[in-house]
Amino acid sequence: MTHRAQAGHPGGSLSEIDILCALYGRRLRVQTNNPKWEDRDRFILSKGHASPGMYAVLAEMGFISHADLESYRVKGGVCQGHVDMKWCPGVDFSAGSLGMGLSFGMGCAVAARIDGSSRNSYVMIGDGEMQEGSIWEAAMSAVHHELGNLKLFVDCNGIQNDDFCEVQMRMFDIPAKWNSFGWAVKVIDGHNMNEIVGAIEWMDTISDRPAVVIANTVKGKGVSFMENNPAFHGAAPSDEQLLQALSELGVNA
Amino acid sequence: MSRMAATRDGYGDALLALADNPKVVVLEADLGKSTKSLHFRKAHPDRTVSCGIGEQNMLLVGAGLASSGYIPFASTFAIFTERAFEQMRNGVARPNLAVHVCGSHGGTHTGTDGSSAQSIEDLAIYRTLPNVVVMHPCDDVSTKALTMQLPELGSPSYMRTARNKTPVLYDGRENEIKIGKGVELIEGKDVAIIACGVLVHEAIAAAKTLEEAGVSATVVDMHTIKPLDGDLIESLAERCGAVVTAEDHSIIGGLGGAVAEHLISTRPVPMERIGVQDRFGESAGAEEMLEMMGLKSHHIVEAANRVIARKA
Repeated sequence: MTHRAQAGHPGGSLSEIDILCALYGRRLRVQTNNPKWEDRDRFILSKGHASPGMYAVLAEMGFISHADLESYRVKGGVCQGHVDMKWCPGVDFSAGSLGMGLSFGMGCAVAARIDGSSRNSYVMIGDGEMQEGSIWEAAMSAVHHELGNLKLFVDCNGIQNDDFCEVQMRMFDIPAKWNSFGWAVKVIDGHNMNEIVGAIEWMDTISDRPAVVIANTVKGKGVSFMENNPAFHGAAPSDEQLLQALSELGVNA
Repeated sequence: MSRMAATRDGYGDALLALADNPKVVVLEADLGKSTKSLHFRKAHPDRTVSCGIGEQNMLLVGAGLASSGYIPFASTFAIFTERAFEQMRNGVARPNLAVHVCGSHGGTHTGTDGSSAQSIEDLAIYRTLPNVVVMHPCDDVSTKALTMQLPELGSPSYMRTARNKTPVLYDGRENEIKIGKGVELIEGKDVAIIACGVLVHEAIAAAKTLEEAGVSATVVDMHTIKPLDGDLIESLAERCGAVVTAEDHSIIGGLGGAVAEHLISTRPVPMERIGVQDRFGESAGAEEMLEMMGLKSHHIVEAANRVIARKA
């Protein structure tokens, strides 16, 4: 997608992809033939620039076609640059501005509670995104309201737009921060499928407060020249790089 | 003397009256006593969400609720809604989620709290957002009537209410209040004064002064700034040939800007804008502020005379 568009965000799409596959494949209660089903679980990709990862999963699930993936960043396409609920079936939140998805997910969780529904609200943010102050407004508020139906993944790939997070804004002890806000916290390897599935099941056991899975991931996972490389936060691969990347990922070009 | 009331009380009454609709929910940011959402909270704590002193979170919690079929009403001071402007833009207006924001204590009429609390740009900034309806009613009855119409709107809205009491104009006339339709309070032929909020009352006083001087002035309560009642404005321009706008808001981008934008491409006529002259306020009483900012009835009279003199 990013190669065709010669724009977009491959690095964060690859760091999140294992979690998205596990969540959609094993847990999320959704109906692909009825994407607006009122009692569906919500999934809010707050780091909406990592849309290629989500579009790929939505296509595998059947919310959109594989042909739709060619519409990424193309005029009139369902695959807008950032995931958008007005354009793409299966998208629950119009993202693109960091720091917003957790609050939105909290609103969905409050609605589920008033409805008396057991549906969950899942949110994914990036680690750099935690530098937005509104994340912490939401973190405090969700615990105050004891939203056991709000589940958060932090995709900790260690890199943001300009450079490594350690350079741009050190966040120090991330699990300690969420612990101190009163969340149930679990730290995992975000590319170990057993750990991811275990963490999703662990989230189901938390019902009295929001739960966060802090997933240590690798930006650009699976592509040697992208891995842990800040240059591939928001840059598309060249023709040669695409072929190498597909080869390394075991995809027939 | 007519009954006096604050528009924020009309908002609080409306929320309570709307509570019969189980989809109506209220969001607060620690100012429910001030914005008057507290009446709903006391009666329906299960449908009230305290967001603490966190406006950015509040607007997006509202967006999440709206996306799940609820009708959220979120209120704080007008000035503090602005802190969450980008949330309003990207999280509410862009996906067209019907979150209804009420900013109380708008304008310099707010008074002694000083310039940090006196929003004079709210109408302008929200007016720039696609999908957002912008209102600034002048009394508690019209505030309640407009608020009662919001659940049917299906798109987001911003309403500014005022802190202090003003005369009540619409007792028994609730049915005249419709979102998007200005109300002609006084019919005249020499000049049209188009006002909103607190300055509607100043406009009425100005029209009386003008009448004593032999000038026949129309006064319109333009409680909805967006969508603007363009048909009415064009008919006023045609009939009166001169327009004065009046608002407790910056002269940049508010009601005056909206009317000017409309007339310039339809029926341009001489026009003057009464509003805050691109400056901040300060601590003073409500009436003192109107005088200091050039928003009193005598300022409107002077503007009316100027604009009439400019007629061809």
